[in-house]
Amino acid sequence: MENAVLRTERLNAYYGESRVVKSVSISVPENKVTAIMGPSGCGKSTFIRCLNRMHELVSGAKIEGKVLLRDKDIYQMESTLVRRKVGMVFQRPNPFPTMSIYENVLAGYKLNGIRLKRSEADAIVENSLRKAAMWDEVKDYLHRRGTFLSGGQQQRLCIARSLAVKPEVVLLDEPTSALDPKATSKIEDLMEELKESVTIILVTHNVGQASRVSDYTAFLYLGELIEFGPTERVFTVPKSKKTEEYLIGKFG
Amino acid sequence: MNKERTFRAILILVGMILSLLLLAIFLSLLWGSFPSIKALGWKFFYSEEWNPITNKFGALPFLIGTLVTSFLALAISFPFSLAVSIYLGEYMRAGKISTLLKVTIDLISAVPSVIYGFWGLIILVPLVRNIEMKLNIPPYGVGIFTATLILSVMVIPYSATIVREVIELVPDDLKEAAYSLGATKYEVIKDVVLPYAKSGIFAGLLLSLGRALGETMAVTMVIGNNNKLPKSLFAPANTMASLIANEFTEAVGNVYLSSLIEMGLLLFIVTAIINIIGKYIINRTTVQMRE
Ligand SMILES: Nc1ncnc2c1ncn2[C@@H]1O[C@H](COP(=O)(O)OP(=O)(O)OP(=O)(O)O)[C@@H](O)[C@H]1O
Ligand SMILES: [Mg+2]
Repeated sequence: MENAVLRTERLNAYYGESRVVKSVSISVPENKVTAIMGPSGCGKSTFIRCLNRMHELVSGAKIEGKVLLRDKDIYQMESTLVRRKVGMVFQRPNPFPTMSIYENVLAGYKLNGIRLKRSEADAIVENSLRKAAMWDEVKDYLHRRGTFLSGGQQQRLCIARSLAVKPEVVLLDEPTSALDPKATSKIEDLMEELKESVTIILVTHNVGQASRVSDYTAFLYLGELIEFGPTERVFTVPKSKKTEEYLIGKFG
Repeated sequence: MNKERTFRAILILVGMILSLLLLAIFLSLLWGSFPSIKALGWKFFYSEEWNPITNKFGALPFLIGTLVTSFLALAISFPFSLAVSIYLGEYMRAGKISTLLKVTIDLISAVPSVIYGFWGLIILVPLVRNIEMKLNIPPYGVGIFTATLILSVMVIPYSATIVREVIELVPDDLKEAAYSLGATKYEVIKDVVLPYAKSGIFAGLLLSLGRALGETMAVTMVIGNNNKLPKSLFAPANTMASLIANEFTEAVGNVYLSSLIEMGLLLFIVTAIINIIGKYIINRTTVQMRE
């Protein structure tokens, strides 16, 4: 396997006493799309939220085990720094309604109190929006609020916002489940391009989506990592019975 | 289904009676103001002399007294109510300290205003008198400053409650987005929560203002009841409400009584408008935020 950017070692995640991620060890290869699949409630969101330390924001939540970003334990780093290096895009598009499109893209800088020169800021905005394949759509409306955008555009704006702070990894938690098929395929195409510059971890309960866009697939079931490997292999010759049942739609 | 209809009719009737009552209050104030409006015209609003013996009735000192005490009280109380709202709405929604704080806020608004006036007289007035002696100004103890201090405590619940509710309505996914970009709690509050809650905060301020403008008892007790245009922050003065409370029973003479009523009318209109705007903004923002 290629270079691993992100690695977990026997990762457990809890809400209070209930353990919802169970001893997951996985190596996420660089500049690839890794899909996390599994039925609803199996701990996909919880798992990826451990990778950028969002899990600990829930009161009573805790983790055990290790998460290593380029061999450095992220739980020994500043949590705010971790979150800039490991970005996140959510299920429901959530651009900041009080900010313009331009400000939304730069929100990561503003929120961290980083001041940018005008030219620098302009360049980051254009670059990030280009990467999110929406520069041409919004370049004339940069200073308008993002609220008039369609759901798919809003989601791509959120992608641009997370790319703007130059993360190494971007976590996408069912980014298309609130979108129509057209907007969905646009974002799927986008992931193909993005992986050249950033590592992508994609949570999806859509088996088709996992097979279309991912290079690697992990299958989680009841908090446990059942199977992990190159997508082609997992989809054609799953090692586990459970994976096979899931793939052919027996549950989930 | 007959019962259903009777019940509805009763509800509608009660509602109508209340609205009519309000209208009646307004109309009788308006009616009572006519002699004063006729005799004084616009002069009522800008003349600074109030002298029942010579039949001079200028409302300016009381307008100023009301505005200065209310806005100063608002300015003093705002940091506190904002801090309390942020703490209760975002930092600590539950827990011992939060419960204590919530009960405190509720109690502040439940204490009868005469108690505040009383407390002001025995505690604040001597304190302010000491300050005034140190500053070498006439040590009245009572005056605009003292009234402002009391008012600023009294109005805190009005904005704190509303602002807290608005802050609680800020969607979690926006806060999550901000955290996921590496923001600290403070940055999330400053750059996401407060901008989002902006109009609700403004509405909270308005409702506090409406309360401050009309507060009568406590202010009357500590403001010094002086009918001259106040020359300093420490000067004894009067607000519109305190003047009415003080002089209504002894107001003999048509224009004298009528000019007090006109002052009441003015207060009625201003507080009504402020409240309506405040409530309107709250409704609009909470509806928007719930969507
Ligand atoms: N804040 C929370 N407090 C307590 N339990 C939670 C919390 N969030 C999730 N859980 C529980 O943890 C388990 C895993 O939830 P999680 O959201 O990670 O699943 P998921 O795989 O992302 O599901 P979905 O496909 O529905 O998004 C579920 O049983 C859920 O009920
Ligand atoms: Mg989920």
